[in-house]
Amino acid sequence: MTPLLSVQGITKRYGAHIGCADVSFDLYPGEVMGIVGESGSGKSTLLNCMAGHLAPDAGQVVFDTRTDGPRDTITMSEPERRMLGRTDWAFVHQHARDGLRMGVSASGNVGERLMAVGERHYGDIRDKATDWLGRVEIDASRVDDRPTTFSGGMQQRLQIARNLVTGPRLVFMDEPTGGLDVSVQARLLDLLRGLVRDMELSAIIVTHDLAVVRLLADRLMVMKSGRVVEAGLTDQVLDDPQHAYSQLLVSSVLQV
Amino acid sequence: MTEYNFAYLDEQTKRMIRRAILKGLAIPGYQVPFASREMPMPYGWGTGGVQVSAAVLTPEDTFKVIDQGADDTTNAVSIRSFFQRTAGVATTTSTSDATVIQTRHRIPEEPLHEGQILVYQVPIPEPLRFLEPRESETRKMHSLEEYGLMHVKLYEDISRHGHIATSYAYPVKVEGRYVMDPSPIPKFDNPKLGDMAAIQLFGAGREQRIYALPPYTKVVSLDFEDHPFEASKADHPCGMCGATDSYLDEVIIDDAGGRMFVCSDTDYCEARQAAGHMGKDNGGKDAA
Repeated sequence: MTPLLSVQGITKRYGAHIGCADVSFDLYPGEVMGIVGESGSGKSTLLNCMAGHLAPDAGQVVFDTRTDGPRDTITMSEPERRMLGRTDWAFVHQHARDGLRMGVSASGNVGERLMAVGERHYGDIRDKATDWLGRVEIDASRVDDRPTTFSGGMQQRLQIARNLVTGPRLVFMDEPTGGLDVSVQARLLDLLRGLVRDMELSAIIVTHDLAVVRLLADRLMVMKSGRVVEAGLTDQVLDDPQHAYSQLLVSSVLQV
Repeated sequence: MTEYNFAYLDEQTKRMIRRAILKGLAIPGYQVPFASREMPMPYGWGTGGVQVSAAVLTPEDTFKVIDQGADDTTNAVSIRSFFQRTAGVATTTSTSDATVIQTRHRIPEEPLHEGQILVYQVPIPEPLRFLEPRESETRKMHSLEEYGLMHVKLYEDISRHGHIATSYAYPVKVEGRYVMDPSPIPKFDNPKLGDMAAIQLFGAGREQRIYALPPYTKVVSLDFEDHPFEASKADHPCGMCGATDSYLDEVIIDDAGGRMFVCSDTDYCEARQAAGHMGKDNGGKDAA
């Protein structure tokens, strides 16, 4: 089976400082990979390198494209990479404001990706957008409201709808539940789990919240100081951590 | 006049502007940067258009200036006298007699013919500006032909007003490639942009951009399949000349709700009146 995404030796330096160093892994279709680690451990740098937002200093990110099979997205031309970014890839930002157009209505936000890939029928775009807003539990009466009038949880769900409307195969998520209160987090996770399973999405989720990976991720990588210190099945890593830092991370979770 | 070079600008500046114009003509709809000069008038009064006019004028030209279609408004009168003084060219108010027409916010009603040049004054050349404020990003979007965002604006119009409410500066696609802001002309004028016999030049002085449409260029107004583009105008005949096919200004005539509709193109209206057409506010027999 061809991996959907094959990452080899990704390294990103900020001057003398290491962002992330020599990270390699394969992601297979339908698989959800979690990346955990403390603040500053290089999780987001790695994610941005893979999603094409940052240019890594070394390494390959090979994506199994629909038309041409496996291609290195780092060396492919910018138009191709940006095309991937609005068709087969999706990126969910930690802060919904970074991923949304705050001055554009909810359905306009969802429709933007459709229009970006050439949809030109207003009625169809609106129907699809309304359908997707329903799927992320945003009421049909709010489709013409701007995201500025939405709560934090609604904004995050809107961002997810906007990303998934074109049926991507790979979703990058950067702390999707960060900054939301626990009950909203739980609902969002429930929703995400349902969507990921229904659409057979592959996803890479960066988070510092172990509960998120426990619920969503099949596999887990633990990062510290820009390097992967432990990787394995989620339950295996969380229940029987081997590396000292993983042990610290797991034992730091407060039990209620 | 010996104090100024012909048409105010020095020859090197005119060469620089002509190079930008030629590049613009070679790549229709593409915004060519140019080193815009200080002109003896404020930004927003047509400094871009004036520089383009200065670069294309020759001593044999006949020059016409319109502002919102009218030959007799302050802006039009002052720019016309500017070139009368600095270039000594003949001026006219007749659309067909002019060889260079500088315009603000209108295309003349009378079809232009080959050999004429229409110069537009452009306030904001970037059609994506209000959707994407970063110039670095909009340039990338132009170069990669990523124009989905332009439709988001039209989408918002329909979802908010039930129809495409953008009524001026309506975005167009040129020769299937560049999306272009046609300057704030009413969308009534959009169909005239395409397949025009005259050369169309667009100058934005403050923004330092020139773009152009060569004669007979294909220009399509953006729309949705189920909400097609519609060139709209006030649904009245002209009060002065009775024309039903021209773009109209609404003029308030008293404080009791009285109003009349008049052709915004004064030359067109006067020519019709001279030919005997009279509207209902002019005691004419065309009265509705």
